[in-house]
Amino acid sequence: MKAAAAALARVEHAVKGPVWDCQMCGQCVLHSTGLTCPMTCPKTLRNGPCGGVRANGHCEVKPEMRCVWLKAYERSERMPLWGNHIDHLRPPVDNQLKGTSSWINLVTGRDRQVPAGWENTRPSRESGADVRT
Amino acid sequence: MSALERKLDAHEFVVTAELPVIDGGGHAEIQRQLEPMRPFVDAFNATDNPSAHAHVSPLAVAIGLMQVGAEPVMQLTCRDRNRLALEAELMGASLHGIENICCLTGDDVTAGDEPEARRVFDLDGPQLISVARVLESGQYLSGRAVTPAPHFLIGAVENPSAPPLEYRVRRAAKKAAAGARFLQLQICYRPELLARFMHEAHASGLSERLALIPSICILRTVGGMRFVATSVPGIDVPPETVARVEQAADPETECFDIAYELASHALSQPGVAGLHFISFRQDAGIAKLCQRLGIPPRAERESNGHSASVAV
Repeated sequence: MKAAAAALARVEHAVKGPVWDCQMCGQCVLHSTGLTCPMTCPKTLRNGPCGGVRANGHCEVKPEMRCVWLKAYERSERMPLWGNHIDHLRPPVDNQLKGTSSWINLVTGRDRQVPAGWENTRPSRESGADVRT
Repeated sequence: MSALERKLDAHEFVVTAELPVIDGGGHAEIQRQLEPMRPFVDAFNATDNPSAHAHVSPLAVAIGLMQVGAEPVMQLTCRDRNRLALEAELMGASLHGIENICCLTGDDVTAGDEPEARRVFDLDGPQLISVARVLESGQYLSGRAVTPAPHFLIGAVENPSAPPLEYRVRRAAKKAAAGARFLQLQICYRPELLARFMHEAHASGLSERLALIPSICILRTVGGMRFVATSVPGIDVPPETVARVEQAADPETECFDIAYELASHALSQPGVAGLHFISFRQDAGIAKLCQRLGIPPRAERESNGHSASVAV
């Protein structure tokens, strides 16, 4: 079973690596970030662009690179489905899942497990989460 | 409840200011930095390794501020600490009665003088706000109970002049949804972008949900202006503003005039709850600017209940 999971992780990386520069965080949120991998942001931000984006739209950390979240925002605006998911508050990354297959974690629900404290305060957060203006 | 929280709840106009960085010198140094602006300022931000340069920690400075009788706003960034350390800092603040916190993502390590450091960013700004709310609900992130639960006035920062401009109010709204009750806006040298942000925030009802506090930076020299224009991430200074200071016979007066113009403009925007002043070293600029803007000293505002709407 372990070997099968590792093999699937390799397949996933072979597919998603070239297309999205997938970093194998194991908890894929591509659909809610305009199909732009937030783990390629040098600060690995999951909830939108930092305040350091340059006036030309490039990254504070890598001046030669366009801000990952600028791309995520623009692509989200063009997505007929899930476009407003960019406004959802995404929980902290579970670092235990790094290197595992997000496909398996999606099927098992493991990628939606959050710390109990986060879970317990979720209702109030989710009711205000869709904050598109 | 902190005095800042009470004032924001009562929609009183507030003045916050960034305490210049502290590198030792004990309470005397904190006093020295505070003194010129103290009569005008409601609460002082204790910064967290600004521009990724190490200084005395924000918790230590915030405790020092309380010990000299001033109200702190403890800034906390995600750059240097993982979630365990961030929770520990927040609980440490609460232990000492520090309730005003300002949650930032933080400049990258490459902005500083130790770019070889490991960047952390285990959480991002909105997640840090959420974690403070989790603590307030009486538990650590893990769900382990915290008794008694701490109480915070949670704030954050948003940058009205960084791309994507059309998304910034939505990002601010995400922070409000996460639990932020005030936003100290990043220094903005493009008044039209601040106006755009404030009008959008007002139209969407955001300024009703949290207090919006634009920041005004008081510089003094050509070098200072060039530094902000080129080396501070996320701040875009128009070339004509830099040229104005470069060509001025008296750069200090010119810098002050620019700060005054930007502050007057900020005060004219809808939904402004107060102003946040930044002056990188100890001087009387903040007091002088408040006087020129017609902002009464704190004691006077406190006795009159100066409301945000009549600040202009």
